[in-house]
Amino acid sequence: MNVEFLNTLASVVANATPLVIASIGETITERAGVINLSLNGSLIVTAMAGFIAARVISFGVDVDAIDMIASAEAGLIGGVLVAMLVGGLVALIIALSSIELRLDQVTVGFILTLLMADLAQFLGQEYTRIPGPVVPKWPVPLLQDLPLLGPVFFQQNVLVYLSYVLVIGLWFWLFRTRPGMAHRAIGERPEAAYARGTNVNRLRYIYVVLGGALVGVAGAAYSLHFKPGLANPPAMQGDGWIALAIVIFGGWHPFRVVLGAWLFAALRAVSSDIQKNGLAVLGRTIEFNFVLLNGLPWLMLIVTLLLVSSGAIERLLLLLPGPVQRRMRSVLRSDPPRAIGTTFEVD
Amino acid sequence: MRNLTSGPGRLAFVLLPVLLSLLLAALLVLAVGREPQEVLEKIWQGAFRNTRSFAGVLNFWIPLTLASVGLFVTFRAGLWNIGIEGQILAGAIFASAGALTFDFPPELAPLQLLLQILLGVLGGMVWAGITGALKIWLGVNEIFGGMALNALAGVWGIYLISGPWYPEGGSAQQSRPFLENALYPALSREWPVGLLAIAMTAVAMVLVPLIMARTRWGLQLKATGSNPRSALLLGVPTSRVAMSAFLVCGVLAGIAGSYRVMFTYGSFRPLVAGGIGFLGLLVVLLSTMKPLWIPMIAFVFSAILAGSTRLRVSLQLDSSLAGVLQGTLVLVFILFQGLRQRLEARRDDLSTDASQPSASSQSGLTG
Repeated sequence: MNVEFLNTLASVVANATPLVIASIGETITERAGVINLSLNGSLIVTAMAGFIAARVISFGVDVDAIDMIASAEAGLIGGVLVAMLVGGLVALIIALSSIELRLDQVTVGFILTLLMADLAQFLGQEYTRIPGPVVPKWPVPLLQDLPLLGPVFFQQNVLVYLSYVLVIGLWFWLFRTRPGMAHRAIGERPEAAYARGTNVNRLRYIYVVLGGALVGVAGAAYSLHFKPGLANPPAMQGDGWIALAIVIFGGWHPFRVVLGAWLFAALRAVSSDIQKNGLAVLGRTIEFNFVLLNGLPWLMLIVTLLLVSSGAIERLLLLLPGPVQRRMRSVLRSDPPRAIGTTFEVD
Repeated sequence: MRNLTSGPGRLAFVLLPVLLSLLLAALLVLAVGREPQEVLEKIWQGAFRNTRSFAGVLNFWIPLTLASVGLFVTFRAGLWNIGIEGQILAGAIFASAGALTFDFPPELAPLQLLLQILLGVLGGMVWAGITGALKIWLGVNEIFGGMALNALAGVWGIYLISGPWYPEGGSAQQSRPFLENALYPALSREWPVGLLAIAMTAVAMVLVPLIMARTRWGLQLKATGSNPRSALLLGVPTSRVAMSAFLVCGVLAGIAGSYRVMFTYGSFRPLVAGGIGFLGLLVVLLSTMKPLWIPMIAFVFSAILAGSTRLRVSLQLDSSLAGVLQGTLVLVFILFQGLRQRLEARRDDLSTDASQPSASSQSGLTG
């Protein structure tokens, strides 16, 4: 297999990382029965907060400074932590307003998504288009030398490795542990979970804030690596909505979610390659205005949601032999957690 | 606690959010090292220093009110029409296509204007119709379908000015300026605002709520919005009703879009919708579905919007402050509404003894 192709695959895996982390965060939240619709604004505001924190820690408050006053590592760690804090706080507003005030989660999430985008633009204005610390590459010893898998998966940075851990970790948590079962239960049948002695609302707080903190990591992943720095309009504009759709396409299952994120990243890789090198089919170059390619991810968003809603994925399940069907059921289902968007009250 | 539902108690739950959000915005302004009072003065001057600036406020108010009235209809049908932003843009694109094609003689100028507005209406309806069809017959949630269609309209707009509408010798920022006969006529030099558009907005803001309150269609909308399943059982054609809500909203969004290109800018540019659709959603949320409030809230928001466009020039402040102020206000207001309802519910609960766990307030993001 040629090197160029492996490089492309590696860049798809890398560029999907913020989407993977954000969608996994949202999966944790929605599995607990809460929708965090603020994802797009959350990503933008946490990218801003994470970048400014990292920049200030590493370079000081002077926006023109070029000499570092602390190590890049200190700035990066501080930046990610601040972004997690901000993401967790935004999610906490949704949890509080839903659990304590019984407000509609979609309403509050939508207001927050607009507000946070504006807030990021307002507070980030001094820090746009200045350099800051960037997460370095860190190939994993031994694993990086594996044939095929090494160059694609293990010559990346820490954030990418974190996304692997999150995907596998969340799958193990949800489907192989007892507290994970309770996590699913409060999203599916909170009354039953309550009857078994689960403190539904306390767990919802925990998972919503945790999910929001991960969205913060995703936001920081943009401004500290994948789209370094801050720009106006934000470089990842719209990705929050795509991440929300990936969760639906992913059927709230970590493995399918990561597939969805990679699919979107692959589509982007293909269209940016066409924009750079042109398109040739069977040796004949095809001319068109490449601006149109920017619409592809959004067309795919509609198509993926159509696949889910038409039941095509579930029908695929029926084609499989019985025992495999049972095993694949949790991966291929497309029903949302049954209690999603609802308030659970015990008075 | 007794006064929560009426009188001073209720007023407090409206005034407190206003004060609190102003306070929060003031803190933010202080955080970036500016004087809140100075910022407030600049916003006020930006909106009301003379007739021309006041007309600038009205030029935001017209599309914002049109969009909000449209969203009032979709909200009534229980739909989150986030796609309104794309519907405004599609209206603008269709109207621009007319403006760039037609060149009627002066005596037929009104006909050309009408045709262009109708094209705008068609654009808004097409975009709203696609969102509606995806939602109603294909099961794609209108929030995601709408968001995707917003982005697609945006890509289409950029494509148009980078290709077919690329102006000769110009830059790919906007189309060539429209001819005089392709624009809404301005009221006067001192009042640069389209009177025809004000009239259409006034008709829409009075007529639409009236129709919804008085007709069978309005009742069907309400039934579909509050409980689609039982509405269907009662014989309401919920799919058709939901589609009609989308289309009505599309009509109003299309007119709003036509005004943005055929008056505000006088040319087509990709960002003509400028967040007005999203802002309309906030207006309707703040109105708590009381249509009388919509034009008033839209006016205040328009004043903030028009007033802060000059902040960058005068104070080197980003105009996103307007969005921060509006968003904070709506968020704090909604939180206070929730708080008030909780306090009332708790007061009612003191007499009854309910201890059963229950699930409520369905939003159902999928399906």
